[in-house]
Amino acid sequence: MTMKKKKTIFTAVVLAVLLAACVAVDLTLPSYHIAVTVIKKATVYALVAVSMNLLNGFTGLFSLGQAGFMLLGAYAYGVLTIPVAKRASVYQYFDGGAIQFSLPEIFAGFLGDTVGSTVGMLLALLVGGLLAALMAYLIGLPVLRLKSDYLAIATLGFAEILRAFFQWNALGPITNGSNLLKSYPTFAHATPYVILAGLMIAVILLLITSTYGRAFRAIRDDEVAAEAMGINLARHKRMAFIISSFFAGIGGGMMAMYMGTIAAAPFKSTLTYEILLIVVIGGIGSITGSVLASFLYIFSSEWLLRGLDSGKFLGINSPIFKNGFRMVVLSVIIMCIVLFFRKGIMGDKELPDLLDRRSRKRKKEAAGK
Amino acid sequence: MKKLFAFVLALVMALSLAACGGDKSSDSSTPAASGDKVVKIGVFEPQTGDNGAGGKQEILGMQYANTVQPTVEIGGETYQVQLEIVDNRTTAENGPSAAAELVNRNVSIVLGSYGSGVSMAGGKVFEEAGIPAIGVTCTNPQVTADCSVYHRICFLDPFQGTVLANYAFNELGVKTAYVLGMLGSDYDQGLMYYFKEAFEALGGTVKSEDFPEGSANFVSYINNAKAEGAGVIFAPVSINYAQLIIEAAAAQGFEGALLGSDTWDNNMVIESAKGKDTQIFVTTFYQEGGNADFDNGIKEWINANADAKTNNGGNDMVAAVTAMGYDAYFTALEAIKAAGSTDPKAVLEALPGVTYEGVSGHIEFDDIGDAVRDSAFIKTANTADGVWDFVKVQGVE
Amino acid sequence: MQELLPYLINGISVGGQYALIAIGYTLVYGILRLINFAHGDVFMVAGLVMVYATTSMPFYIALPLVLIATVILGFVIERVAYKPLRSAPRMSLMISAIGVSYLIQNLAFYITGGVPQPVSNPIPWISENVTILGASTKRVTLVTPVLTILLVVALVYLINHTKIGMAMRAAAKDFETAQLMGIKINAVISMTFVIGSFLAAVGSMLYFTNYPSVAITSGGMPGLKAFVAAVFGGIGSIPGAVVGAFIIGLCEEIIKGLGYTTFSDAFTFALLIVVLCVKPTGLFGEKVTDKV
Repeated sequence: MTMKKKKTIFTAVVLAVLLAACVAVDLTLPSYHIAVTVIKKATVYALVAVSMNLLNGFTGLFSLGQAGFMLLGAYAYGVLTIPVAKRASVYQYFDGGAIQFSLPEIFAGFLGDTVGSTVGMLLALLVGGLLAALMAYLIGLPVLRLKSDYLAIATLGFAEILRAFFQWNALGPITNGSNLLKSYPTFAHATPYVILAGLMIAVILLLITSTYGRAFRAIRDDEVAAEAMGINLARHKRMAFIISSFFAGIGGGMMAMYMGTIAAAPFKSTLTYEILLIVVIGGIGSITGSVLASFLYIFSSEWLLRGLDSGKFLGINSPIFKNGFRMVVLSVIIMCIVLFFRKGIMGDKELPDLLDRRSRKRKKEAAGK
Repeated sequence: MKKLFAFVLALVMALSLAACGGDKSSDSSTPAASGDKVVKIGVFEPQTGDNGAGGKQEILGMQYANTVQPTVEIGGETYQVQLEIVDNRTTAENGPSAAAELVNRNVSIVLGSYGSGVSMAGGKVFEEAGIPAIGVTCTNPQVTADCSVYHRICFLDPFQGTVLANYAFNELGVKTAYVLGMLGSDYDQGLMYYFKEAFEALGGTVKSEDFPEGSANFVSYINNAKAEGAGVIFAPVSINYAQLIIEAAAAQGFEGALLGSDTWDNNMVIESAKGKDTQIFVTTFYQEGGNADFDNGIKEWINANADAKTNNGGNDMVAAVTAMGYDAYFTALEAIKAAGSTDPKAVLEALPGVTYEGVSGHIEFDDIGDAVRDSAFIKTANTADGVWDFVKVQGVE
Repeated sequence: MQELLPYLINGISVGGQYALIAIGYTLVYGILRLINFAHGDVFMVAGLVMVYATTSMPFYIALPLVLIATVILGFVIERVAYKPLRSAPRMSLMISAIGVSYLIQNLAFYITGGVPQPVSNPIPWISENVTILGASTKRVTLVTPVLTILLVVALVYLINHTKIGMAMRAAAKDFETAQLMGIKINAVISMTFVIGSFLAAVGSMLYFTNYPSVAITSGGMPGLKAFVAAVFGGIGSIPGAVVGAFIIGLCEEIIKGLGYTTFSDAFTFALLIVVLCVKPTGLFGEKVTDKV
């Protein structure tokens, strides 16, 4: 068997096992079990982290606008999917709101309930992504000319501005102002999240391995050299920015599904920082790393380390385990990774590359003998 | 190096997983050893974030109630009541996972939360799990409107907003009101909406403004209110901002009254009003002195318990939310008794029929699950002594 | 004019507070080309230390203690989180800064229990009310801009007329050459962090005497806005940061006065984007050409 074939099989097996595990979790545990919650949240974070990695890790554009694009996606999803009958109570201060249709209901009308509403929900996610992409195009016109840290701070500022607009009462008939959007349909189980995010990440992977992906990496490594090789800098940067924002938008929509209610408040710069740190833990430039890190991070912060907050961890009772200790431990780990393991868990390696290392080691051992 | 790191990481994970498993078994074995049966009541409250201070006071009421009545009779057997407290960190995005955590701990009924947004976010999870919830001081109509498991024992925003509007217009004789709330807070915006509606219906004019989250300087807002010629500033904001607004109003020499909602009824608010030349009126659920037994009992308990005292803001003043937490606990016990079972489904079925005479008044639920309440207490800040003085009981005509 | 006055006074005071933070950003950026995201949190920690110190000791001991603690914090952050990354790409440095900010906030959260800590009138004299030209305000509002200007004058003197100042200027001009000329670059960088933290501590004391409580997120917004001020004035330039801070403080209060309160924060960021796109070097910044 050739190495390439081996790798493909290895990857396929790993992914299949993971998917099977997820289905098994769904079948055995109720939808409100913490394991399901963790998988859902981690999947959403994984998608957004990968989209951020595409921009920050593969193209070298240091953007901190992720939260803003997620906000767009989340609101688009909520606004388009709240059932018409419930709009009067959700938009209680705005006379039922300006939009009086719901995509899942429209599609349920001629595709049947289950299929139709699923199609409607997916379409709403897509609209969210497209909206985020459109906004990225517009904001990209001025800000993509900026250099690294200026770009970071400009995109950060943009996300803050967006948040103010969504909470503005004048837009209330659409966004519900400062009030929550709720009562929209969501997927109760974890598997749809995993499949959806998995497909999105696969698309991003295809993109990265294409000529575009190589162009992105060339820009990251050396802008001037890339330009000299005939890569249109402005066009490729804009493309990376728009694509990344598109997936962040979809991630935002899925985040809305996970949360069950939408408000602008969670989409603060803290969210962006959190995702950036996940990307760093996983390894800047590794899709596998980002996914792995998302699961590790969410798993430990939401489940594993909860004991650190409530006074009992590893069977030890201690007064230092009080509220907030969990996040202290997590952030110390993050700082250690940032300072001492700068490549993160995966460096720039992907899942199939894990085979390489093992075979290299084997070769070394063979040589030793 | 990296391999070592990965190994250590894996080791830590494995160990802690084992520990988690160990924890669970020890949890269930403790009560079995003492020979008692246990019923768990979930406490879904913020202990951190903007509403952390308020949430902690609400928990105090439940903890005190738990010491007063630590057992419940179910079907002729005595059950120990165990409170399972989870911090929902004030914000809606942490609601679902905190709620899932409670569900995981197999609670029979949930109490909370202080703050409506997080209650709505958690409500979805409780609904899926079929666990009944009693909202203690979440006043937004939306909490119970679209959630089959959520009930509540406090009054609602439309009521509270109208009460304050009536009071300002009729009792204080004010014709222009300035309304200020935080951008992005559904609690603030909801009350502002109902206040404005009621005040304008009475014939007054309202100027309404928002401030962004994290604002610290309210001087310009007070100046705006003065420029509008407002007789009252109605600011249904969380405790932190209430303190800032009082501070700014006093510094700018605002001559009208400040109106606050139930969040303002807190000893940290009265602390910042102390010694300042401002007039403050708030609506609330309970007036200290309303029930002498309860007041004395809880004061004694708070004074004997250093942690409780710290959580109460360093003194033994009884906050209305504490009384509400106390009532919520007993309402939950009534429901469990009526159900005759610790099964959440049975408790959920029994809950709507429960009535209880609490320290904050009679508790009964309507069809939606909201409390049947027709009056609120109005209190004013005695800035000389730093205490709340009772003004009157106000209803809506 | 009489109506406008309270807004102007308040705006100048807010501007003065931003200015003291903005200098920290601008100094560090001038030398390391790093947006020190943790600076806003240093500001917050100074506030917390003040709360804890003033409740347990008289203010003439407490306040110097706050200054010392904050300066040490700034120094330690640089040594631990930035120095090991001196040869790393700029992105790593910025990520490290974000990590530090995250760590400080979580630590503060743990220590305070996530509940805002009440400030109880730490410096009695400056929180008294005064009336000027018919507008009533706290004394600290008037003290802040004056103190800011004094400190800035002292700082400019330090930078232009002392040896360490000369070394700082050299390092800002050309990091490597300065090193070759025998300047102890680590000492210079530490010095910048010390000065930045010192000013942030002063700003923090003035800021929090005005407010009843210090929350762990208190540093975030002032920090970001001060950074915008530094960019607006031309990052790397001290007078620029100060002027930028005053302009932003004034604009913000005037916007609130005009009734656009919803957008008072958003405006600051809109201004940032416009400045970055139209004149990235800001009001007083030097033109920097990137070398290949």
